[in-house]
Amino acid sequence: MPDKKEDIRIGVFLCHCGSNIAGYLNMEELEEFSKKLPHVTFVQRNLYSCSEGGINEIKKGIKEQNLNRVVVASCTPRTHEPLFRSSCGEAGLNPYLFEMVNIRDQCSWVHMQEKEDGTTKAKDLIRMGVAKAALLEPQEPIMSEVQIRALVIGGGIAGMTATLAFANRGYEVVLVEKEEALGGMLNHLSKLGPTMTDASALAEEKVRAVTGHSKITVFTKAKVTLVQGFIGKYKVDIETESGNKNIDIGVIVVATGGRAFVPEGLYGYDGKRVITQLELEVLLKNGLASAIKNVVMIQCVGSRNEERPYCSRICCQTAVKNAMLIREQNPDAKVSILYRDMQMYGVENEEMFRDSKVKRVRYINYDPANPPEVEPDNVRVYHALLGRDMDLAADLVVLSTPIVAQDDANVVSQLLRVPIDENGFFMEGHVKLKPLDFATSGIFLCGSARFPANIREAVAQGLGAASRASIPLAKGSVVVEPIISVLANEDACRGCGLCVALCPYGALEIQNTEKGRKVHVIDVACKGCGVCAATCYQHALSINSFTDKQIEAQVEAFLN
Amino acid sequence: MTKDVLVIGGGIAGMQASLDLGDMGIKVHLVEKLPSIGGKMAQLDKTFPTNDCAI
Repeated sequence: MPDKKEDIRIGVFLCHCGSNIAGYLNMEELEEFSKKLPHVTFVQRNLYSCSEGGINEIKKGIKEQNLNRVVVASCTPRTHEPLFRSSCGEAGLNPYLFEMVNIRDQCSWVHMQEKEDGTTKAKDLIRMGVAKAALLEPQEPIMSEVQIRALVIGGGIAGMTATLAFANRGYEVVLVEKEEALGGMLNHLSKLGPTMTDASALAEEKVRAVTGHSKITVFTKAKVTLVQGFIGKYKVDIETESGNKNIDIGVIVVATGGRAFVPEGLYGYDGKRVITQLELEVLLKNGLASAIKNVVMIQCVGSRNEERPYCSRICCQTAVKNAMLIREQNPDAKVSILYRDMQMYGVENEEMFRDSKVKRVRYINYDPANPPEVEPDNVRVYHALLGRDMDLAADLVVLSTPIVAQDDANVVSQLLRVPIDENGFFMEGHVKLKPLDFATSGIFLCGSARFPANIREAVAQGLGAASRASIPLAKGSVVVEPIISVLANEDACRGCGLCVALCPYGALEIQNTEKGRKVHVIDVACKGCGVCAATCYQHALSINSFTDKQIEAQVEAFLN
Repeated sequence: MTKDVLVIGGGIAGMQASLDLGDMGIKVHLVEKLPSIGGKMAQLDKTFPTNDCAI
């Protein structure tokens, strides 16, 4: 940091975001306003600051205007801060001498109808950002070594695929499965659509490959009981039949899958005459009884309702596939599918759907407000086109129930400190940008643990998650953001340990030093959340780039 | 065996594959038929469901 305040040269870049910002705020006014702020020596407006042209302007500004602080007023730092930071770095400026002001989400988007007030708020935010920027200090990224070993939790098709992908790259893998056998849902299925591949053959092939691989250690009837540490340096406790293991791990893949919803109390479900698609799979696997001549399937049982608003996606294709298999095993059997909407995404599924109609599978639309009724020998459904009830003979009624989250998903969620959504499924870091990563670096997800997936999707995600997780393994080290907690005032620390108890990441510990008990920050584990600094009544801890001074300067700038 | 990888197509899928390979330390050659990479994604405005700016 320059000694004298006169040395500080701040450049402010105002992004129009096309019309996203410029359409709702007075950009000329913001430009004139920014020019008058303390230490600001350069102001420029860009159509898109994040475009190649916009980035070049920022780099040009740093070089030609000799800027030593950069403020970009644009969208959200959640998506764009890394880009702007690295651009500053490429222009020779320390990436942490950059500050971002969000005038899109916080101004133009929420004050679309109030141009003047929105512009005033944008001015406040820019003034605050500039005040903080003047006090920013350069930071250096932190390097940490990575243990070259992966942990995969869950030995279904997604987990086994991820495990093999790691092992085939030459990395050691530990696979933990809670059941007695590997294979997961695959063990209960007959043939897989749309190719009608034999599920047992696929399962056997995968299990053989996994158990026979020298790089893979498999623990069945086992569970992960404790996870400590951070990316590259996890210490994992696994409870196995042969005792507890403590293993050093670099990256973790969650592949715990889902389970089929059991429709207790719905449509007379009894597991005998009224069964689920999963139970039908077992019947088909063992050969359907020839006495079964009339089958009625009901879609969306227990899904797309108030309790479970989501569509489980794979039940429609499963129903169509199983209808075809029934016709194959009992060619005289009549199969009717009662549906709300058919979700047959993809080329092959739509082809299979068409094919099933040629093979005389009957489709009848039903209204959820007037659902079918299962009676002792038949199913009654209101046919909207005929305008009357229809009675369909039924030796077997098959309910298509959704895949729901595992009962122990919340336990895994707490162990790994990763989020689950309102339905109990694990949540990825970003729907589009990080679909197979958790927000916490070093932990990845695949298969039905995230959302109902068919075999093909589970395999693709297993390969993808292993591929993403292989990046730190291939590098052998990780670079961690230096926006973390530091013991800024060692003398002030009394070693009380309050911060240690509150740290959600296990990133703090008390050490005995020459000066007595002092807190020590494990820098690679720290996420910079700030809980410790906010709690420390001695003000001994501070967060890089969010120091008390910097925040006070922002508050003062707002009040002035 | 040469360790370079060729990625054909510079849309969102090709770019992500190139980035991940690059991050693993593998040299990547990304080939795109148009004057700029980005594909369909670069033509979109906001994308569902997070409303992120596609560019």
